[in-house]
Amino acid sequence: MSMPMPRSDETMRRAQAISASGTVQESLPNATFRVALDNGHKVLAHASGALRMHYIKIIPGDKVMVELSPLDLSRGQITTRTK
Amino acid sequence: MIQVKTSEEIEIMRAASMIVAEVLAELKSMVRPGITTEDLDRVAEDLTRKRGAIPAFKGYEVANRVFPASLCASINDEVVHGIPSTSRVLREGDIIGLDFGVRYKGFYGDAAVTVPVGNVTSEATELMRTTREALEAGIEEARPGRRIGDVSAAIQARAERGNFAIVRDFVGHGIGRRLHEDPQVPNFGQADRGIRLREGMVLAIEPMLNMGSADVHVKDDGWTAVTSDGSLSAHFEHSVAIVEGGPYVLSRL
Repeated sequence: MSMPMPRSDETMRRAQAISASGTVQESLPNATFRVALDNGHKVLAHASGALRMHYIKIIPGDKVMVELSPLDLSRGQITTRTK
Repeated sequence: MIQVKTSEEIEIMRAASMIVAEVLAELKSMVRPGITTEDLDRVAEDLTRKRGAIPAFKGYEVANRVFPASLCASINDEVVHGIPSTSRVLREGDIIGLDFGVRYKGFYGDAAVTVPVGNVTSEATELMRTTREALEAGIEEARPGRRIGDVSAAIQARAERGNFAIVRDFVGHGIGRRLHEDPQVPNFGQADRGIRLREGMVLAIEPMLNMGSADVHVKDDGWTAVTSDGSLSAHFEHSVAIVEGGPYVLSRL
């Protein structure tokens, strides 16, 4: 009987994260942003390492995708800038 | 952690694997249009218990799901872990994967074959032949001093020469006092990479090849893995001990 190929911790974390879209309201120190989600919630979100590596600037008003931690829905990570 | 077995333990595993091989031989002789996968499952369980062994898959748990039967019977686009059922009737032209394992005197044996039901297309025959030869190519590398990557790369090379896709979502495994032990044995990889094989390790090597795309998904029953494009899939497996003097294929009659 074959075994499922084990997933890395990173893959598991991604699989469990909740994805949501929103609009950046305010830029805070340390690449943190206050994001108003389309569902009405407001969360604090960091820019992802990939965004920072590619110098993708995020300013208030940008539409972004945010991955929320299932453990703390008030915090997340900005994974993409959609506009 | 990889468990190394003594030669006495390997002989017990040989006995366990021989029961698996005998059961598979009996099941192969039963395969014909009209019989159900449930019929095969019942015979597999009865034969195993008659030999004083216990079916290994029944009640086996992976990711909180319990396998309900003794045999994995996977027809056509089913890759692995098909659940036997009275409603699954074999038809002329099908190919069926029979994957079976037992526990005997505290040790496990595990093997699988894919066989045709009556006459099948030449493409299906070629798929089964390539998968079997890929397994043999992998077994050839299962020697002390070689690495897991050598086994994986040999399987991959044979599979790709046949132009078939290698299933990547499932892998072979170490076997011993548990059905699934370390290390994982992928059916793809680079030669001269991975852990070095040592005398006393026992591996269940099991290539799964698809005729179309390598993509598979697990059905709602939580077990049956099927090809995403509906193409045929074949699966062969042996339990192989790493010993001086060459691969010791425990599950070969």
